[in-house]
Amino acid sequence: MTSRRVLYRGAEAEIQLTDHMERPAVQKKRIKKTYRIKQIDDRLIAARTKEEAKLIAEARMHGVSVPIIYDIDIEQGIITMEYLNGKRVKDIFNSLTQEGRRKLCEHIGESIARLHNHDIIHGDITTSNMILLDDRVHFIDFGLGEKNGELEAKGVDLHVLMEAIASTHSRYACCFNYVLDGYKNELHDDAAAVVKKIEEIVKRGRYR
Amino acid sequence: MVTTTFLLYVSFLPACSMICLGIEGTAHSIGIGIIDDQQGTCTIRSNLIKIYRPEKGGIHPREAANHHALHLADILKASLQQAKVRSSEIDLIAFSRGPGLGPCLRTAATAARALSLSLEKPLIGVNHCVAHLEIGRGTIPECTDPVLLYTSGANTQVIAFAEGRYRVFGETLDIGIGNCLDKFGRSQDMEFPCGPKIEQLARQGTQYFDLPYSIKGMDVAFSGLLTAAEHYARQKRRIEDICYSIQETAFAALTEVTERAMAHTEKHEVLLGGGVASNARLQGMVETMATERGARFFVPAKNLCVDNGAMIAWLGVLMHKSGVRMSIKESIIDQRFRTDMVEVTWRD
Repeated sequence: MTSRRVLYRGAEAEIQLTDHMERPAVQKKRIKKTYRIKQIDDRLIAARTKEEAKLIAEARMHGVSVPIIYDIDIEQGIITMEYLNGKRVKDIFNSLTQEGRRKLCEHIGESIARLHNHDIIHGDITTSNMILLDDRVHFIDFGLGEKNGELEAKGVDLHVLMEAIASTHSRYACCFNYVLDGYKNELHDDAAAVVKKIEEIVKRGRYR
Repeated sequence: MVTTTFLLYVSFLPACSMICLGIEGTAHSIGIGIIDDQQGTCTIRSNLIKIYRPEKGGIHPREAANHHALHLADILKASLQQAKVRSSEIDLIAFSRGPGLGPCLRTAATAARALSLSLEKPLIGVNHCVAHLEIGRGTIPECTDPVLLYTSGANTQVIAFAEGRYRVFGETLDIGIGNCLDKFGRSQDMEFPCGPKIEQLARQGTQYFDLPYSIKGMDVAFSGLLTAAEHYARQKRRIEDICYSIQETAFAALTEVTERAMAHTEKHEVLLGGGVASNARLQGMVETMATERGARFFVPAKNLCVDNGAMIAWLGVLMHKSGVRMSIKESIIDQRFRTDMVEVTWRD
């Protein structure tokens, strides 16, 4: 590994540009948080690194676009993976045509359904965690993900995206319905039950 | 003679000064604050609070409302006295329109309407959660565009200004953090509010017990943590250690979602608000997080963090100055008044 450049410093991890076997790669390194005690920090970093790598590998097996994993170091909290030189969906979402946005949302919904078909919960589906590259939406940051087959988990997973679109792209909040269209097309189980769950989760929030 | 005094008084006041009386009554506290707006800075003339403390159990809404009604007149008198303001000098009456407990909200609103009618001064109802944020901006000059971590009994929200409104980026999916602390405290026969007692015990804690650390996106959940903590208590583990573990786990989760919201919104200021914001450990964690991000950390004075009338008055001024007007008929309370329902007319 030669030169390193910090591509992005998120809340939880630092993404560094590096190379792996002469290929451009990124390293996601979870930053130790001194605000929390070591017991909690170590537990979270190890568990999230391990879980994230597992989920990314599994998502790829089921046909969802994700970066290829090259290497992991659980104790140090480092995942080395393929560098996706694309655009964050967050940055392009508002500037698309309405038709483009509809197609993109349907595509996102289909991918989420493929994850959910195999009980993969992303845990943080926001437009910042999607990278558009070669006309495909790649999902990154499975750091809060888990394997969970419950309706509740799937509902919450989609609800996070619904809120993210409503807060970050408030003018296009209704586009979440296109996400649901794509989701319905691809989901093996009955999508109506998941949609009902989302409605229930919305009502559960404070003052709804 | 009278005219001379009047003219002298006015000449002493700076331009655009406005005196507002705010009544807070969303839950357990009834508060009256009188503030002075001097070219966009909030000066607090008085800010009195009386808290209803149930003998046993949680807040009974009707009893809390009775408590508020009983003490309103006295607090009003004391507030005016402390502020050295005559009732005729008040320019605006503000009150907490919601969210909160119906009977409490109605008591505060009724008092505000009566004052407005008898003094013939405009009335304005404000959102309680937004008031928690605005009082930070109003009293701390360096605090301009913060992410607010608002932690109280009923509310736990991460709020920031985006696209014309105060939007909730993260919130609790089940119970507020204060409620979580109170419920645990009550199960251990502590008095309401239990937060300060838990904080005190936690300082003597040394051993950490694993507790659920529940984050979904930028949302948090505390009911699992509460159940697990109560389970440890039933096992007769050391109470100091349990309190320590609760604080370390719950506050770390809150700090983490706040940091996520800061990264997501690309903001470089963090502000605390709500009763739990007085907790030194929570303050310490959020401050450490902010420092490591190169962000600025702010926490208002303690009596401005808890539910209080001054913050209601200040938001009332901001809204009034931006042209918002409310008739008595429109001043109906809203128990489910969400933060993002407020059209922010006073900010660009």
